[in-house]
Amino acid sequence: MSQSFDEISAQLQRRHRKSARLKWLSMGALGLAGLFLVLFFADMLSKGLPAFQQAQIRVELDYNEDATRMGRAALDPEVSRLVSRTFERLIPGMLADDPELLGTTETRWVLANAQVDQYLKGHTHRLNAAQQATVDRLAEEGNVALKFNTTFFTSGDSKMAEASGILAAALGTVMTMLVTLAIAFPIGVMTAVYLEEFAPDNRLTQIIEININNLAAIPSILFGLLGLAIFISFFGVPRSSPLVGGMTLALMTLPVIIIATRTALRSVPDSIRHAAFGVGCSRWQVVRDHVLPLAMPGIMTGSIIGLAQAMGETAPLIIVGMVAFIPDVSATFTNAATVLPAQIFTWAGEPDKAFVEKTAGGILVLLAILIFLNATAVVLRKKFERRW
Amino acid sequence: MNMQAAPRHTVGTAPQVGQPHTRNDQACHDLSIRVRDLNLWYGQTQALKNLNIDLFEKNVTALIGPSGCGKSTFLRCLNRMNDLIPSVRIEGLVEMDGRDVNATKMDEVALRRRVGMVFQKPNPFPKSIYENIAYAPRMHDLVSRKAEQDELVEKALRDAGLWNEVKDKLHEPGTSLSGGQQQRLCIARAIAVQPDVILMDEPTSALDPISTATIEDLMDKLKQQFTIVTVTHNMQQAARVADYTAFFHLGEIVEYNDTKTMFSNPATKKAEDYITGRYG
Repeated sequence: MSQSFDEISAQLQRRHRKSARLKWLSMGALGLAGLFLVLFFADMLSKGLPAFQQAQIRVELDYNEDATRMGRAALDPEVSRLVSRTFERLIPGMLADDPELLGTTETRWVLANAQVDQYLKGHTHRLNAAQQATVDRLAEEGNVALKFNTTFFTSGDSKMAEASGILAAALGTVMTMLVTLAIAFPIGVMTAVYLEEFAPDNRLTQIIEININNLAAIPSILFGLLGLAIFISFFGVPRSSPLVGGMTLALMTLPVIIIATRTALRSVPDSIRHAAFGVGCSRWQVVRDHVLPLAMPGIMTGSIIGLAQAMGETAPLIIVGMVAFIPDVSATFTNAATVLPAQIFTWAGEPDKAFVEKTAGGILVLLAILIFLNATAVVLRKKFERRW
Repeated sequence: MNMQAAPRHTVGTAPQVGQPHTRNDQACHDLSIRVRDLNLWYGQTQALKNLNIDLFEKNVTALIGPSGCGKSTFLRCLNRMNDLIPSVRIEGLVEMDGRDVNATKMDEVALRRRVGMVFQKPNPFPKSIYENIAYAPRMHDLVSRKAEQDELVEKALRDAGLWNEVKDKLHEPGTSLSGGQQQRLCIARAIAVQPDVILMDEPTSALDPISTATIEDLMDKLKQQFTIVTVTHNMQQAARVADYTAFFHLGEIVEYNDTKTMFSNPATKKAEDYITGRYG
């Protein structure tokens, strides 16, 4: 005897309720994830955006004889405690470079020290009551103001928060990533091409495949140890350099690129390979002329994401000495350098409260670069995706 | 065709090894590919058993038989496409132009230049129509100048009966064509390298009846230049286009015969049952 619609509907009620519950649960999970993301961004933005502004102070500079030895002598004693010491230190040098300045005076905006900066931003500071009064007065007169922080983008690290910048680390990241890309991309793609298109499917290649997948899951700090043991100790690559950092990160990125490339190659339909073999292509021609071009969007996406991952990596670089204090901005492969996440790590450890916003500001820069890279990956994929 | 008038062959009067049971007087009988004692295994499973067949030049030979009978596998033996499957083991002789195509000395790339292939599903390269045709001749150094290449593309497209439809959009993607046009593009691509033999693996099974008819006409025309071996599930198609038909069953060639005789008066009971639709 068959069931009526009503009977079946009654039974279905429970199933429908179940699926509705599952739907709400998954939407809840998504909402929660979104909430965390919003919280994270809000926190980073609120902490980090002030870092893009820095207090400056308009001072009268009196280039007298004393200032050739001690910069502070050029400043009014009342404000000299408010000006960044990095600027005071520059004055003797300026006078040595240009002796004609001697005996002249000049009014200009100079970097205020971090305490003034923090005071103006309403954070914890170490100004005494008299200094606070001075700053308040100067602010009223328009002689102290928060201005766009060019120093942050044009200088390297400094022990003084107001003078520290991200450029050295950013350049270090660029150089390191160049090394990583130059090593990991060709080796990774060719490895994947060999494994996917040429290698016989036997026990050996299966073991290799399993190990590549395992490599992708290894804690990254172990790659740092490997880099230390092999690249620095054995091959004598200069430590702390973008070269050794890049090589270490290349080891880490290789499995990611290999796996992404293999997936991309596998997604090329066999009918294309058959067509190419059918017109008499050799294996290499099939790969070069037909399979690789079709797999390229996937390969590039995977590589960029692998690179972005490497860019955010700190642990292995600590081991190869890339958390050095790097005040000089230089773009070489063999000199000591630092990278963005390592710079953030260094700043996070500074006792001076003024570094808190530098840390957050550095994170914002790193995030912006990563978002840019991932967006590039998406755009590339869309651009090269052949729908035909 | 008069069914009653044709004399009924008996199974006992087998022809010479590899030869068709009955001759087709209109067909050319120059040998193109000679197959002797061909056995093929996929791992432990034997897919082809002691095949013997002579394929004649400038003919259409149809391979028919129920699914899984080995006709596609056999077809792929002729240009060594089975090499791409790792577990395949082949024994026996496939001889073309006096050479064993399975010999280690035989370069499969050279073989595939002389034995082209058209697949079941149209699979143009994801490139322009022009590039689909020009790619292989350029790769094989058949053309050196641009003008030569243009000429060859036009000739191949004309031979495939596609020229008039695509001459104004040669640089549009090959996949923008309809299914039937794509399949003719694949045929044009195959004939562009001037092979001797064209293998067709159910070339019309993914196409509508009108496209199918166009391809069948095309096969009829192309056999003046090329030896065509086609696998088909469609017995009317075999009857329409083929000069000779081989009936495969469970990895064996049960009957190889002149197409007319095959469909009017098959020599074997199995072929007769299949053709009359008792199984398949």
